[in-house]
Amino acid sequence: MPPLARRLTRRLALTLFVLWGAATFAFAGMRLVPGDPARVIAGGVQANATPQVLDAIRAEYGLREPIVVQYALFLGRLLRADLGGSYQLGRPVSQVIGEQIGATLALAAGAAALGFGLAVALATLTAGRPRLRALSRAAEFCSISTPNFWIGILLLAAFSFHLGWFPVIGDDGPAELVLPCAALALPIAGVLAQVTREGLERALDQPFALTARARGATEHRIRVRHALRHAALPVLTLSGWVLGELLAGTVVVETVFARQGLGHVVVAAVRGRDFPVVTGVVVLSALTFSLINIVVDLLYGLADPRIGAAA
Amino acid sequence: MSAVQDAAAGGPYEPAWAGLRKVGLPRPGVALAVAFFALVCLAAAFPGLFAHAPDRVDPALALRGPMKGHPLGTDQLGRDVLARLVFGARPSLLVGVGSTLLAGVAGAAWGLFSALGGRVAGEAAMRLADVLLSFPAVLMALLVVAVLGPGTRNAALAITVALAPGFARVVRAQALVVRGSPYVRAAVGLGLAPARILLRHIAPNVVAPLLILATVNVGTALIAGASLSFLGLGPRPPAPEWGAMLAQSRDYLDVSWTLALFPGAAITLTVLSATVAGRALQARYEGREVR
Repeated sequence: MPPLARRLTRRLALTLFVLWGAATFAFAGMRLVPGDPARVIAGGVQANATPQVLDAIRAEYGLREPIVVQYALFLGRLLRADLGGSYQLGRPVSQVIGEQIGATLALAAGAAALGFGLAVALATLTAGRPRLRALSRAAEFCSISTPNFWIGILLLAAFSFHLGWFPVIGDDGPAELVLPCAALALPIAGVLAQVTREGLERALDQPFALTARARGATEHRIRVRHALRHAALPVLTLSGWVLGELLAGTVVVETVFARQGLGHVVVAAVRGRDFPVVTGVVVLSALTFSLINIVVDLLYGLADPRIGAAA
Repeated sequence: MSAVQDAAAGGPYEPAWAGLRKVGLPRPGVALAVAFFALVCLAAAFPGLFAHAPDRVDPALALRGPMKGHPLGTDQLGRDVLARLVFGARPSLLVGVGSTLLAGVAGAAWGLFSALGGRVAGEAAMRLADVLLSFPAVLMALLVVAVLGPGTRNAALAITVALAPGFARVVRAQALVVRGSPYVRAAVGLGLAPARILLRHIAPNVVAPLLILATVNVGTALIAGASLSFLGLGPRPPAPEWGAMLAQSRDYLDVSWTLALFPGAAITLTVLSATVAGRALQARYEGREVR
């Protein structure tokens, strides 16, 4: 087998293992909740479900089987991409996720673009320039330390309530995306800018930068055309982290801006202990996370051909 | 994180505290950060020193900005924001710092076990860490809260579960380096008991990178804790907590925007001071200057 295919196979096998692990955690979590699962499904103790209703639920969800059989059934359903039905919403989980994923993807993609763009611009402008760098570093440290929901609330206060430029709530149209994306992107951009600048400064010290300078290339051209590509590798390494921050950030930011989306759904599910929904979102994000990491692994070879040759 | 590992790989023979002893006089920014963090810790330990009566309700003075008697203004029930911030330091730090400490201890045990336990068990322990690290920390924390239910203690536990595998990985890497070093092999050759080798010869070398990683991680844990309570999954409402205060202020933005200003500033400054101090410690340990 060629090395690339072998590496891909190994990564895919690992992904399957990770998915199995995530599903098992979720299943174990579901069974660790104190109390009768049937009663939880029926809406908790307050709902006062009759024994007949509880029996019907036990039959429907296979709760009378031994736990091993339940686990096997659960994994079998997952393999067929059947995530079960939401306790709270009374609808299939896959349908709920399908409806909500668009809004979350738009938010995450917008924030990623904004974060990466901002970081590259900041780093290119400030690398190797002590005064600007000091200023930018201070700003980056502040933005890293600021919780994204506070940024969101401040943006809301300033631009929605005070200036009235953006609507206070809602999620139709690109205008509503501006503030949530900014809130999500700023802390990410802080970290990315630091890493990009470090990479840029290392690249600018390399002999090839001197050669380019000697050939009369402008400073701007050296940075953008030559050095930036070398800074891409450490930034690429952080992509997995960025994705994690985005997934986690959407949960909070969607709450701040009262937006629709998966984050909104998962918070409601955690509050109501709606485990099929929590399981669905956890497994889905583990899958996304693993796949993105595989893509990043492949991109290394593109960004730095030496790695592809060595592997 | 990898930087810590690299530095650790470079100098496994230095005693653990050598890196920490190198810390000389801090720069003004770092000193300021440490002083601020100490102040927050003091407020968490003895809130009575700084303010009184965080729960005294005064409807006549609801939602005012900063004024005489209430330097940071009042909230929707007329409670003093400054007093609530001071009394909120304890639950906020408990979740942020407490979970980091717990995760450090659990991660150290986990990493040492994985590096020094049997081959199969050690490998299994690391694969478990891989699985846990393969989804985002906050989602992991949400899953744990879904199982345990909301509350201060459960939020702290949730963040512990989310952070521990990262610590385990660093400790394992460091322990593997130390295990291969000549003096440990000499100790094995001398026939010392494995427990003694572990505690006297290996564990101390793991402490410094662990401490540094913990300091760098406090900021992350504080933000994660504040996020959970912002979502209503942390301390229950009447308790003053910074994230929960921010969540309430969201509903009164049109009336009083200063209500959202101060709790957020408290979180940010605390995280900032922890981050600055942690990065400075890390830089000193790795032997490079902070620019």
